[in-house]
Amino acid sequence: MNTPRSGGGARTVAAGPVAFTLNGHAVSVDAHPMARLLDVLREDLGLTGTKEGCGEGECGACTVLLDGAPVCSCLVPLAHARGREVRTIESLGGDHALQRAFVAEGGAQCGACTPGMIMAALALPEHPTRERIRQGLAGNLCRCTGYEAIYRAVERAASETVATPGASAAAEERKP
Amino acid sequence: MSVVGQSVPRVDGAAKAAGATRYLDDLVFPGMLFGRTIRATIPCGRVTGVHFDFDRTGFTVVDWRDIPGPNAILHVTDDQPCLVQSEVRHAAEPVLLLAHPDRETLWAAQVRLDEERAEPVLDPRRSPRSHKDILIERGDLAAGFAAADVVVEGEYRTGHQEHVYIEPQGIIAVPEEGGGITIHGSIQCPYYVHHALTHLLALPADKVRVVAAELGGGFGGKEDYPSVIAAHAALLAFKARRPVKLVYERAEDMWATTKRHPSIVRHRTGVTKDGRLVAMEIEILLDGGAYVTLSPVVLSRCCLHATGGYRCPNVRIAGRAAFTNSGPNGAFRGFGAPQAQFALEAHMDRVAEALEMDPARLRLRNVLRPGDTMPTGQRMGDDCSAGTVLRQAVRRSGWTRKRRAWQGTDRGIGLALFCHGGGFTGSGEERLASRCTLETTATGVRVLVAATEMGQGSWTVLAQVVADALGVPLEQVAVAVPDTAVVPNSGPTVASRTSMVVGRILERGAKDLKERLGGLAPAEHFRRHGPVSVTTRYEAPPGLSWDEEHYRGDAYATFAWACDVAEVRLDPDTYEARASKLTLVQEFGRPLNPVLALGQIEGGTAQGIGWALTEEVVMREGAMANAQLTNYCIPTTLDTPPMETVVVENPFPHGAFGAKGLGELPMDGPAPAIVNALRHLGLDLREVPATPERVMDAVDRRARPTAGR
Repeated sequence: MNTPRSGGGARTVAAGPVAFTLNGHAVSVDAHPMARLLDVLREDLGLTGTKEGCGEGECGACTVLLDGAPVCSCLVPLAHARGREVRTIESLGGDHALQRAFVAEGGAQCGACTPGMIMAALALPEHPTRERIRQGLAGNLCRCTGYEAIYRAVERAASETVATPGASAAAEERKP
Repeated sequence: MSVVGQSVPRVDGAAKAAGATRYLDDLVFPGMLFGRTIRATIPCGRVTGVHFDFDRTGFTVVDWRDIPGPNAILHVTDDQPCLVQSEVRHAAEPVLLLAHPDRETLWAAQVRLDEERAEPVLDPRRSPRSHKDILIERGDLAAGFAAADVVVEGEYRTGHQEHVYIEPQGIIAVPEEGGGITIHGSIQCPYYVHHALTHLLALPADKVRVVAAELGGGFGGKEDYPSVIAAHAALLAFKARRPVKLVYERAEDMWATTKRHPSIVRHRTGVTKDGRLVAMEIEILLDGGAYVTLSPVVLSRCCLHATGGYRCPNVRIAGRAAFTNSGPNGAFRGFGAPQAQFALEAHMDRVAEALEMDPARLRLRNVLRPGDTMPTGQRMGDDCSAGTVLRQAVRRSGWTRKRRAWQGTDRGIGLALFCHGGGFTGSGEERLASRCTLETTATGVRVLVAATEMGQGSWTVLAQVVADALGVPLEQVAVAVPDTAVVPNSGPTVASRTSMVVGRILERGAKDLKERLGGLAPAEHFRRHGPVSVTTRYEAPPGLSWDEEHYRGDAYATFAWACDVAEVRLDPDTYEARASKLTLVQEFGRPLNPVLALGQIEGGTAQGIGWALTEEVVMREGAMANAQLTNYCIPTTLDTPPMETVVVENPFPHGAFGAKGLGELPMDGPAPAIVNALRHLGLDLREVPATPERVMDAVDRRARPTAGR
């Protein structure tokens, strides 16, 4: 309870700004290298679409893609993002097939897990089986839906998506 | 075209899927400080000293002496202090508040409390004090037992449950010029917070303004506790003269805030050879925790659901919510009804076992039908679907075949019949006297209600109701942000009352407004004549009566009914019981939005599965010892089974467009259905969660039948 949120009190380390690619644009952030990527996104860069649910990598609400792979941004120090590609929910613009399907199928209720859930779903192969969806989203907790509507949303989005060769295979390779 | 009954997309859906919804922690105010709560660590005793082992420059520090009014969080009663003066009644009780502009500096500050521990009361069975006692009696219990061929007794237990809304609790308090305060927060019931703060801060009603942000989940956990956090944030903000944000981290949220009441329920049941219930004696004990909070009301709902969907001429229900030195337990989806019906439904399977009768057949023999009465004397009308849902569940699930075929395998099937009373208990809705307003605008009509959007879809459903009652397209209906400076008090967003009760008031109001508009569209009327508003007050369905003193009469305006069938598999190596499929047959009047209704059913069922199998709160010294999601395990995608949902329609004439309450119903059934499926495997489990340890014990007892407890 009494632990600091980011990087401890040791703010004296001078490391210089950290540059990375965020949603396709080059950014440079002058923050502590051990600051949580989650805080940097939300506070330094003003992208509040990424949510904090637990701060310990259990709930997945803060999921973003780091070089295409889903990570809990509460566990990623800023320094880890140096030179890499970070993608957040804001990159989808609101009209992505997954976003439309989450609305239509009731995959979003309270919405707190939704951005992380959609980012995790993005890393699924293109036409995933129900079992593959369950595995791929097992790190993202939802307390509202019982997950059934989320599966229906991911399947609906998949059915609307025309295959783009290569993209899913790359995402698949990076998954454990 | 009618929109009620259509799965229109939820009005808040696109913003949520885009990550654009502004939750409390996404809000920033100029000059805002961060707040922090210093809490007692002992379950009982006194705080005798405070040591600040840091440089206090730049810090705002608040203790009980900074409270302008009474040091009390006003709710059902006023026994809970806002901040500890010296006496501590539970671990994690708030003592001091700190605020600072820099979060790192704030959390690095070390505060030591001198605490004198006294011996706590942690076992509710040994508690010297009750928060509330309830007795419901009917018929002649002794005569009932005398007429019984078989008597079955048993004790059933349920544990705490933590809400785990994905968005933790949070409040921002903004001091206003002229001495007022504005509260923004993740709040289910803005008028509860308003009520508590005017008392604590000794302010007139118009100096306190409460705005509910969109909630990242509530489930009852944001019904009463936000008053505590809002009080703390307000005290800091007044002292610092700056806005203060007080957002709990997950660990603090789990350690310090309310949980579902643990229960110990004893049943003694007399039954004839052919399976007729002739006597039911039920003793209910809830662990209320250190302060009254909502315990009397939870106990009331618990007692009123104790005999569930069955008729029995001779009944005695004695309920007690006991004081302990544990954190206060509070509202959680179901609100006492899940505890009562877990015990009842687990017990019914034991009665069936004693009679060597199929559990579904025993239930069918006793199920409430229109014309039957509940123990309070409440007569069932055509809105009673208990028999219908039971028969459909048996048919849809392949009950008879699976029950036979799975004998002696690692698979089991069990069912639970259950009900949930919609809206406030007894005369509660009359006391609330909820008001709703509709007003014309340049674009159509605006709905002014205090109902909050916590994910359940209230804004969408209420807009659908108004659109149809007014005869305008859905796009012309806007729902105002719940802000006590703007919206009337339409009551709290609890008790499965929003669609049924608030929706009904709006339906009536919209019909009044339609007459006022004289055939013009709302926007056109606004353009020609300026704004028109209609405020409508709650009206009870005709013929209801309730005697609070003797617990006689109509406990609820109506009940929703359901039957869950659970299929489980037991892992013989790990002793993990896993639900492999659930069939959910649910009657809640009429679904106003089928996709949203399905979301309530599937989501509530998942919470029930967690309560049944994995969600174990480990208590040490009256506080949650496993206050983290690493070892407090809510269901993941790998823990929730496929669900087959069947919606039975039986429109309720006094709910909005036929709606009954839905939100809580699905929470009541999964735990007993799962435990009964384990009983089908020969495992005698009488407590949830049925963790592998408890299942292992039951397997041992199955192997050695004489070694029962």
